[in-house]
Amino acid sequence: MTDLHSLVLESFHVEQDAKFGSFAGYRMPMQYSLGVKGEHIHTRDAVGLFDVSHMGQLLIEGTGATKALEQLVPAALQEMIPGQIRYSQLTLKNGGILDDLMLTRWDDEYWGLVVNGACKYVDMHHLKKHLPAGVTMRYLDNYSLIAVQGPKARRILSKLIPEAEKLVFMRSTQTLWNGHDITLSCCGYTGEDGYEISIAKQFARELAEVLTQLRETTWVGLGARNSLRLETGLCLYGNDLTTDTTPIEADLSWSIQKRRRTDGGFLGAEIILKQIKDGSSRKRVGIKPEDGRTPLRDHTILKNIAGNVVGEITSGGFGPTHNGPVAMGYVSQNLNAIGTELLAEVRGKDLRCAVCDPIFVRHRYVRNLSH
Amino acid sequence: MTVKYTREHEWIRIEGDTATVGITFYAQEQLGDVVFVELPEPDTAADQGAEVAVVESVKAASDIYAPVTGTIIESNAELSDRPELVNEDPENDGWFFKMNLSDTSELEDLLDEADYQAFIQEEL
Repeated sequence: MTDLHSLVLESFHVEQDAKFGSFAGYRMPMQYSLGVKGEHIHTRDAVGLFDVSHMGQLLIEGTGATKALEQLVPAALQEMIPGQIRYSQLTLKNGGILDDLMLTRWDDEYWGLVVNGACKYVDMHHLKKHLPAGVTMRYLDNYSLIAVQGPKARRILSKLIPEAEKLVFMRSTQTLWNGHDITLSCCGYTGEDGYEISIAKQFARELAEVLTQLRETTWVGLGARNSLRLETGLCLYGNDLTTDTTPIEADLSWSIQKRRRTDGGFLGAEIILKQIKDGSSRKRVGIKPEDGRTPLRDHTILKNIAGNVVGEITSGGFGPTHNGPVAMGYVSQNLNAIGTELLAEVRGKDLRCAVCDPIFVRHRYVRNLSH
Repeated sequence: MTVKYTREHEWIRIEGDTATVGITFYAQEQLGDVVFVELPEPDTAADQGAEVAVVESVKAASDIYAPVTGTIIESNAELSDRPELVNEDPENDGWFFKMNLSDTSELEDLLDEADYQAFIQEEL
C-alpha cells in the first residue's frame, strides 16, 4: 500500500473514536461512534461536522485570471460579484469532466477554487498548463477545511462567527474567528443549509474543539457524507462524473449560464453546446426499485423491459432519511423520462425498477433571509 | 441444544436435525446498520458454503453462506420489515433462516464459542 497522507486533525479524530479508511490518498474518518445511519440522521436533524481537508483549496490571481478560467469552466464568471460562489466543472476537449468544483470570486482577477481531493494534483497540472503567464496559482496545503452542515448550523455558527447569520447559499466571506483569518462559505454537499470554514492548519484543532463542545453537533465520516449527498442527488466525481461524461449527460446544464450556452469559449464547448441543442445519447437519472427495499449498488447493470443493457447505476445505496434505497445512474436518452420501467441486474436476477428524480430528499439551502 | 460458529461469522443453533442460522454480534458490528436482508425460499436445497442470503448495511452488501448442507425450511419474515433486528438482537430475534441438516458430521468442522472468540481476536 502506498503511503497515505494524514489529516492534521488525525489525532483529534482518534479521540472522537473515528474509524479510518483510505480515500483520495488520505487516511480519512469513515465513521465515528454514532455510525453511518446515526451520523446521517443527526446531520439532517441538527448539525454534522466534517473534516474535508483532503480537498484542494487553490487561489488563482493576476491580470486575465477571470477570462482564463472561463476557458476552463462552462460557468459564467465575469458576471459574478465579490463573495459569490458558483458550482462548475473543469471540462476537457471531448466535453468530458476532469473534475467538478466550487469557484469563489474575491476580486476582479482573484479567485478561490475548491476541488476534489482525489483530483487535486491533476487539476493543478491542468490549470498550470492552461493559465497564461501573469496568472498565478497558489495551493493552500497549509489550510484545513471543516464543513458544518444541518438545519441548526446557522444558529450555532452565528454565535461564534456573526457573519454567518447573514450569509446565504453560495456566498462567502473572509473574516476572523478568535483572531484567526478564516474563509466562511455558505455551501456544502449534504443538501442542507451549512458552511465550510477554511482555517490555517495550526488553528484547526482549536476550531474543532469549540465546535465539538456544542451539544447540537456530532462528527460525521465519509460514509454518511456519501449517503447525504446521494440522497440529495449530488454527483460524486469518479462515480457519477468522469472524463467520459459531459455536464449535459450528467444533467448539470443548470450550472451553465445563458451567455456561456450562446458564446461557448470553454474546453469541449462544441460538443457540450451541441448536446444542449440536440440532446445527448444518455442522461443521468434517479433509479428506484419497485419493491422499495432492495438497495441498488454502484455498477449495477440497467436493462430495458426487453432485457437489453441500457445503462448502469453509478452511485447507489440506502438513504437513512428517505428510509429506502437511493441510486443514480445513466440510461439511454429515450428512457430517461420519470416513471420509465427498467430492470436492474441484482445478484443474477432482474429486479423491476423505475426512473425517478435523483433528488430523493429535498434541498434545504437558505437562499434568502426573509425573516 | 448446541451453538456453533463459522469463520464467516455465522452462528448455528442445532436442535435435533434442525439448525437456526444467523450472524454474530461481531459480524453485525462490522457491517453497521443493516437496511435490507434477502432470504432464501423454503424448500431450497443448499450445499455447505453456498450463497443463500444477502445482508445489506448502509455500507455494503454481504453474502450469507449455508454453514452446512441441507434444506431451508423457514426464513425469518420479520426481517423484511425490520432489518434492524439484525443489529439489535443478532443472536436471537435477528435469525436468518432454519434448515434441515443432511450430514451432521459437517458440524464437527465448525467452531465452538471459545474457538470463535479466539478467531475474532486474531481478526482484530
